[in-house]
Amino acid sequence: MQNEPSSVLNQFRNGDVDAFETLFRQHQRAVYGWILRILRNPAVAEDLTVETFWRIYQARARFQPECGFEGWARRIATRAAFDFLRSARAESELPEEIPVPAGTDPAVTDEIRRKTALAFGRLPPKLRIAAILAVVEERPQKEVAQALGISGAAVKLRVFRALRLLRKDLASQGIRP
Amino acid sequence: MNEHHENRIKQLLQQAMPPVEGDPEPSRDPWPAVLRRIDAQPAKPAGVSWSLFDSALLAGLVALVALFPASIPVFLYYL
Repeated sequence: MQNEPSSVLNQFRNGDVDAFETLFRQHQRAVYGWILRILRNPAVAEDLTVETFWRIYQARARFQPECGFEGWARRIATRAAFDFLRSARAESELPEEIPVPAGTDPAVTDEIRRKTALAFGRLPPKLRIAAILAVVEERPQKEVAQALGISGAAVKLRVFRALRLLRKDLASQGIRP
Repeated sequence: MNEHHENRIKQLLQQAMPPVEGDPEPSRDPWPAVLRRIDAQPAKPAGVSWSLFDSALLAGLVALVALFPASIPVFLYYL
């Protein structure tokens, strides 16, 4: 994401749709990518990109230009993804095929990968988002904390709880990593 | 769960759910859909908005004042 002149940010805050479009053009790809990383479903990520920018426009009066647009947009996008994961719709829109990454451990079969992904999908959304961003996407802890609106220590705790629950779920299926 | 187990489960998770590569972009331009959403549900005016929390706070304040009238001067002092 790029930095934008403060005049554009101030105009956006005052409801100028042209300024909003300028910000949209600069940030929509990053917002889409962020949501895709959390949800892994391109169609849903596109819908939620629209939802995120609508929320951004609705909340423009609360925007503080000195804090920057990027982090604020990311936080609203994360919230939109969280709301989606909490909804019943999320269950039916998980990707069915799991791509096999390069350099995969041969001892880890497709079946184990599938069960792991399904078990991950059963985690509470707030743990799931923290784990996917911090562990899978390896995003900086500070960025994850800012996007979730929590401290770095809370991110660590959520990731730990997510991994512990995942391990327990897999163990109950006879998979012991 | 010790550090070894934590690292193993992290590796398994990374293999089950590989990271999204590159800089993906949407298949269509989302801007027209954003504009339609804005037109369909115009934003509330940026001025005064009243939430449920505000109502609960006011109700609590009224109840407090009704139960403890002696607190009125204290509130007035802090206004």
